[in-house]
This record gives sequence, C-alpha cells and structure tokens, in this order.
Amino acid sequence: MEYEIVVGLEVHAELNTKSKIYCECHNAFGLEVNTQCCPICMGMPGTLPTLNEQVVEKAIKMGHALHCDINRICKQDRKNYFYPDLPKAYQISQFDVPLCEHGYVEVMVEGKVKKFGVTRIHIEEDAGKLLHGGESFEGSLVDFNRCGVPLIEIVSEPDFRSSADAKAYLEALRSILLYLDISDGKMQEGSIRCDVNVSVRPKGSDTFGTRVEMKNVNTFSGAVRAIDYEAARQIEVLENGGTIEQETRRWDDAKGVNILLRSKEDAHDYRYFPEPDLPTIVVPQEKVDELKASITELPNLKVIRYVKEWGISQTDAETIIDNMEKSEWLEAMMKTGNCTAKAAANWILGDISKYMNETGKSLVETKLTPEKMAELISYIEKGKISNAAAKQVFEILLTEDRNPMDVVKEKGLIQISDEGALEKVVADVLANNEKSVADYKNGKTNALGYLTGQCMKATKGQGNPQKLKELLLAALEA
Amino acid sequence: MYQYTAAELSSMLKKKECSAVEVTESVLGRIHAVDDKVGAFITVTEELALQKAKQVDEKRVAGEALHDLAGIPIAVKDNICTKGVGTTCASKMLENFVPPYSATVIEKLERCDYVPVGKVNMDEFAMGSSTETSYFKKTRNPNDLDRVPGGSSGGSAACVSAGEVPLSLGSDTGGSIRLPASYCGVVGLKPTYSSVSRYGLVAFASSLDQIGPLGRSVADVAMLYSAICGRDNHDATSAVREYPDFAASLQADLKGKVIGLPKEYFGHGVSDKVKDAIMKMAHDLEQQGAVLKEVTLPSTDYALNAYYIISSAEASSNLARFDGVKYGFRAKDYNGLVDLYEKTRSEGFGDEVKRRIMLGTFVLSSGYYDAYYKRAKLLQQKITAEFHNAFEACDVLLTPTAPDTAFKIGENIGDPLKMYATDICTVTVNIAGLPALSVPCGYDGALPIGCQLIGAKFSEQNLLNTAFAYEQSVGGFNRIPQIR
Repeated sequence: MEYEIVVGLEVHAELNTKSKIYCECHNAFGLEVNTQCCPICMGMPGTLPTLNEQVVEKAIKMGHALHCDINRICKQDRKNYFYPDLPKAYQISQFDVPLCEHGYVEVMVEGKVKKFGVTRIHIEEDAGKLLHGGESFEGSLVDFNRCGVPLIEIVSEPDFRSSADAKAYLEALRSILLYLDISDGKMQEGSIRCDVNVSVRPKGSDTFGTRVEMKNVNTFSGAVRAIDYEAARQIEVLENGGTIEQETRRWDDAKGVNILLRSKEDAHDYRYFPEPDLPTIVVPQEKVDELKASITELPNLKVIRYVKEWGISQTDAETIIDNMEKSEWLEAMMKTGNCTAKAAANWILGDISKYMNETGKSLVETKLTPEKMAELISYIEKGKISNAAAKQVFEILLTEDRNPMDVVKEKGLIQISDEGALEKVVADVLANNEKSVADYKNGKTNALGYLTGQCMKATKGQGNPQKLKELLLAALEA
Repeated sequence: MYQYTAAELSSMLKKKECSAVEVTESVLGRIHAVDDKVGAFITVTEELALQKAKQVDEKRVAGEALHDLAGIPIAVKDNICTKGVGTTCASKMLENFVPPYSATVIEKLERCDYVPVGKVNMDEFAMGSSTETSYFKKTRNPNDLDRVPGGSSGGSAACVSAGEVPLSLGSDTGGSIRLPASYCGVVGLKPTYSSVSRYGLVAFASSLDQIGPLGRSVADVAMLYSAICGRDNHDATSAVREYPDFAASLQADLKGKVIGLPKEYFGHGVSDKVKDAIMKMAHDLEQQGAVLKEVTLPSTDYALNAYYIISSAEASSNLARFDGVKYGFRAKDYNGLVDLYEKTRSEGFGDEVKRRIMLGTFVLSSGYYDAYYKRAKLLQQKITAEFHNAFEACDVLLTPTAPDTAFKIGENIGDPLKMYATDICTVTVNIAGLPALSVPCGYDGALPIGCQLIGAKFSEQNLLNTAFAYEQSVGGFNRIPQIR
C-alpha cells in the first residue's frame, strides 16, 4: 500500500530581548553558570513575575508575519509539572487564549509555492539547563541562566506531507525570525528547537492516523531525518499488521533512531489554570496596527518573487535573501534598471560574497554602492568592458568613492568593439603571421588561439575577444 | 512603656520623652517576660532591633525629619521575607530558609526606620485558623492561655494583644488577619486586594493573599497601613493609584452613614453572645447618627466552598516549588528524582498543607477543572456582584468576624471541616477582593468578640473612620490582658 506522511511542527524560538520575560536579568547565552539569574527567575518563595512588554511586541510581529489574528486581550496560564530545571515547578505559558492564532505562511518548496497553516503562537518562559555529572562532579547540577528566557511557541497545522515540506517551513520561520529581529536564530545555541508530530495514512485517505510526538529535534536536517525515520517506522508497524500508539518518543540524531519516552497513559496532566500573579494582557489596537505597519516584505515571499518575476533559481534566491544586505543590494541594483537580475545575482553570489567572506565586512563599510555596481555590470552587458576588467574596477570601487566610468577610462579598460578598427587589427595580424595562417588552413585549429592572442596584444588587451575571434574566423574561412 | 499604642509612642519619641532604645528595651523585656507563655515569636531579632533603635535615636538627635513609625517596634509574620532573617512560614520545609531579599513592605518599613523585633508564628504556610498547624510551636491566646489565638496570623495578633509589640504585620487569604484579631481582641485590617504589594510574601493563594496591619488602636492600624500600601512595580497585580494618609485623615463622624447588616451573617452557627455584641455595636453607631439597614448577600452560603477550591488550587501550584532541589528541606535518603520529590514533600509539609495540596491538585485535574475550579470562579463573580449591589445602598457592612469566640487548643484540630467553618464570615471578603476591618466589640468573659466592617474596594478610610467613631465611644481598644 502507498502511504502519505502527515507532519505538524511545534517550534520554540527564544526571543532576542535584552532582559528575560519576567525579571530584569540579562537574556544572554553562554555566560558562566548561574550568573544571569535572580530570586525571581530562580523561583524563590515570595517572588513575583512582571511581564516584559518587548516579548509581547515581538510575538505580535511574528503573528502578523504569519497572517495570524492577534488576541490583543489575552491571559497567561500556569503549566504545572515537576522537574529540577523548572524552579517554580510551573511554567508560565498561555493555554486557551494564545496571543496569536489562525495564521498561515507561504513557502516555496522545490520550486512550488505551498501554503501551511499556523494554529497559534503563544509566549512562555524557558526552563533552566541540567548539567549531568560524570568525571568532574557527582549527581546533576542546575544552571538557571536560561530560566525565564522568553520563548514563542509556533504551532503549525498538520499540513506537511513530506520532510522536505517541514524543512522548507522551518527555514522560512527562521528567516522571518531573523528578518524581523525577533530571535537570533542560532540553532547551535538552541535558539530554535522543535517538536515533531508524525502520522501516516493510506494515500487518498481523508482521516488522520494516530500521531507520535518526537522531542529533542535540534536541527533542521535532524528534523528531516527524524520525520523520515518515524514515518518509515510507522509504515513498517502497519505493514506488519500492528497499530500505532499515541506516544512521545525521543529522537537520537547521532544514532539516527528514536526511542519511547512515554506512552499515552503516562502523559502529564499539566493542570493549566490562569496565572493569578499576572493581570490580563491588553494591547491597544493602535499598537497592534503599528506593529503590523512595521513589517516589510518577508523573506519567504521574496523568494517567491525573485523566482517568479526575476527568473533567479530558488537556491540562489534563498542564498541572497538569507543575508539581508545582499537582498537589499539586489533590490537596489534592480531598481536602477541598468542590469539584469541574473547578472546582478551572479555578482552578489560571486565576487561580492567572496569579498564579504574574506574580509568579514559588510558592504556598508565599503565605498561601493548598488547603483555603481549596477552601472559596472551594465558596461559588461553592453560589451563596453570585459568581465576581467570589471573585476579590476570592482576592487577599486570598494575602497575609492569614484565614478565607475572614470576608473574604466583611467585604467584604459574600454573594450574595442568597433568592427572597423578590429578588422584592421585582424588584417595586420594575419599579414604578419603567415605561418600560423598556413597551419590553421592545414587543420591545426589551435593556431586560432595564438592568432586571437596576437590580436589582443595588438589592442593592448582592449579588443573585444569575442568579436576578434569572430572576425578572425571569418577572414580565415573566407 | 510597652503598653502604649504606636501613636502614643511616636508622639513621646518626637517630644524626646523617651528614646527608641528605651521603647525597644521595654518591648524586648515584655517579650522575655511573657513569650514563653504566649509563644508568639519564632525569631526574636534582639540585636538587630537595638541596633536599629540606636540609629533612629542618632538620626533624631541629628535633627533628621523622621517618619511617625521611626523607632516603633513591629513584629512580622514569618511568611513575609526579611533579608538575612529566617523566614520559615512555620514549616519544616523552610526551617533554615534565609531569604536574600526583603519583601516590598519590609523595604517600605525600613525607609520609615521601624524597629524589627522579630518574626512571629502562624499556621504552616498560612493554612489554618488556629496557628496550631505551625511546625514549631503552639501560640496561645493572651486572654486565655488554654485557647487558640486564631489563625493563620495567630502570632501577629497574640504579640500585639499581649503587649509584646504595639504593631504587627499579618497576611490574610481567607480571614487570617481578622479572625486572630477578633479572638485576641485587637484591630486587624485586611486591605483591598492590590493595595499592598505581595512581593516577598510567600504565596498561599495569589489571587486572595493580602498583607495587612494589626494593632491595639484604629489610628495605629491606619498609620501602618499608610506606610505599606501603594503601587509596586514588582507586583504586577498592585493597583496604580494614590492613597491618603489614613491616620491623619481619621474622622469620627457617622452622620448619615448607611450601615448594612447582611442577614446571612447572623444565621445558624453564629453564637447568641456574638450576635448580641454585634447588634450592640450597631446600635452604638446608630446613636452616633448612622442608619442601619438589613441587606442580603444570598450566595454567602456557597462562599466557603468556592474559597477552599480557589485557594487550594492556587496553593497546590504555589507550593510545588518546595521540592528539595533549590532551598529549604531535603529528605535524607532518596533514590532518584521522583523519590526525592516524594520524600521531601511528605516529610517537609504538615498534614493540613498536604490536605490542601491534594485538594487543589484534584480540582485542577483534567476532567474535574470545569466542575470545580471553573464553577468556583463563576461563584466568585456572583459573590462580587452581590457585594457591589450591597454597596450601592450601604457605606459599610457590619458582620461578626467569627461565629464564636476563641476555641480551646486541640478542640478542632481533628476536624478540618469544623476548623474551616470558623472562616465562614471572612472568606467572602477575599473572594471579592474587598477591604475589611475587625475591631473588638465586647467580651464573653475573658474572651474578646470581634466585629467585621466590610467596605467597597479602596474604601479603607471609610472603614477606619467608622471603627474610629466606635473606638472613641467605647473609650479605646487598648487593653492588654494579664498573662496567666
């Protein structure tokens, strides 16, 4: 039987606010253990939370980006469970009224535009980290630095039909989070984490199979592996006449397998109830509108536009859009109308990226502007200068604030494309190299290269090589 | 000197008729003399008190402008965090807990230059009506040492009643200031929810808890309330508003004031002696120009159920943090994480606390939430609306604080439901977030009877004024019993 994979994702993103969600502690990663915490985020008796408004604003921005309805009046709830990294023994989260809900996101997957539903986005606090002992110490220790770091949880509809769908969605979310300055998006620091829900069903069926939740998926490529593994596992169970149990499994990326964490019977009863220490969140409508207006074109939609309107490949478009400055440059270069998108994209992905990678500098730090770059590309496209010449000019324009044409002229880089002038050069070269002409006519076609070289030499490198070759051939074949 | 009220001491200190050190020494002397009988204190901070008193005297000599509370000894309930001084909640769980921070109310009192004499006994985690659930000791009613002081702020009421301090802070979740004030014959104010910061008060039921003052006169209670109320950015539920100087604004004018007598508070279970005392007080107020009016608050009978559901639900979550991992008690022998939790919480909490945690956990459980917690919250809305209606027609409601006078130690401890019923007149006030004041209104033999004055939100001044008028007409409440 042929099966269809159904996937839903719960993505947790740490927000890049200055301070934590309910206290004034610094929201920072990688500092010495237990230095970024206070009685409030350590859940000491008698302490109370106060909500960081920046968290609400960033979550609403994400809500707008994902076309959600914003519940500008909502509450926070306590999710109760015991674990040593959760000092209050409850997490302040949102239960039945999330800040944002009923949204969607459009993403290009393998050249096709797909629309995935977003169920809800809510705000909550992160837990601490357990450090398990080994050689250096006994038992387990808790680091509270991450306690109270603000999170948004973005819950999708079960709309993904392949691991590729899921990966494209995750990458789109990450690029949006970065674009809107909501999260630093650093996967290796756990800034984005996801839980994956997987089920399978016979192809063509309109009811869902029993879903299995997978925890500990920490990378996007890991998500692909985890989904493919779990789908294959479920199909095998079904093919062997078994049934799928609703359960939570833990993905082990190093081993490429998942193991049972808890069955449905052991599922936690979180005993959610409204957080009595925090008043109802009320965001003024003007604030909601203001945040909506602040959102410019998002990366996922840019990809679609670059591919559809400018004919750039999806991969190239994604690479450019991944870096906001590169994307801004492409837009600015296209605005001049001086160059084609393909040439502009090639320059950005080629010499410009090479420069940025090698120097670690951004383009703002150079003297070059997108307008000058577009003009320079236009010279190549019009045959005024060679590609090699353009590279020379590019290097100069990075450090000197000059008109591109002035540089071209000063360096004598104008390409001679005038047929009359070139015909004369060809005639002279043929006249002075009779042996090579004879060689060519005797079948030694590589003599053409030598003759072209002589023509370039005669024009001091400024002859249009393509034109010269054409003229030489015409003369030799005549 | 210990027998004076705070206002009297304040005036004497200002006139330099005595020093803060003398006042403090007198109070400490009284504590030494009677507290092994009364048992109000868990911690006496003698050195700290004398040191602070000395500083106040120096400031006064230097001519600094000082607050009315400067040099006044105040005892603090042991669930209010005091930096560097143990805060136990009268529980084995926090026996050795020394907070690295002070509650906002303590910081406020420090700015007033109060004299911190110590931390006083209570029911464990403020759960109880008799102070008998304390892990450390029994506190006795100074009016009759065989009887309970009431609870949960039993230490706060007993120490004021016994003349060990002129003022104390308690906390009130369902009557925990008013009931002991009533049993011990002192004045106790449960302020409007959100008027006093809860930051640093170890939470029992967050939506009901309020810190409040106890004293031997209305003016003293007004003075301490003025010092602790106000918006606090550390408590998101605290109200943004300005408050008057309640003590300076006291007025004994009752003319035209409508005093409501809600009939449900005079029903079965309320002793005749209590009813008589309340009615006597009502007629006294009437004679001073007030108008009496019978009103009805029909949902009162269900309030106790709603209260125990909401408060236990919140408590089950608030007390979950006491897990042996970070601070406080940790069981000695455990095998793995779950065993650590189970043993620590089984051994660290007393029976009453465990009973409420289990009750609260049950009512929040999946499948039961709607039947219990959700319905209790609906009842809360109904009770609040009924009070709102009553205050359309009345300025103040007058009720008994408790159905009867103080019971004997051990009398109710084996019968939780009987114990819970002592809160029947007080819990509605917390459910509706209102202010209420308990004042002494008579005696049954040696045992004081308390009258409860309930007002609309933020009407503390009106409550204090009403009580002040009565206090004037009966010649004051300051009556320290002989401890024997």
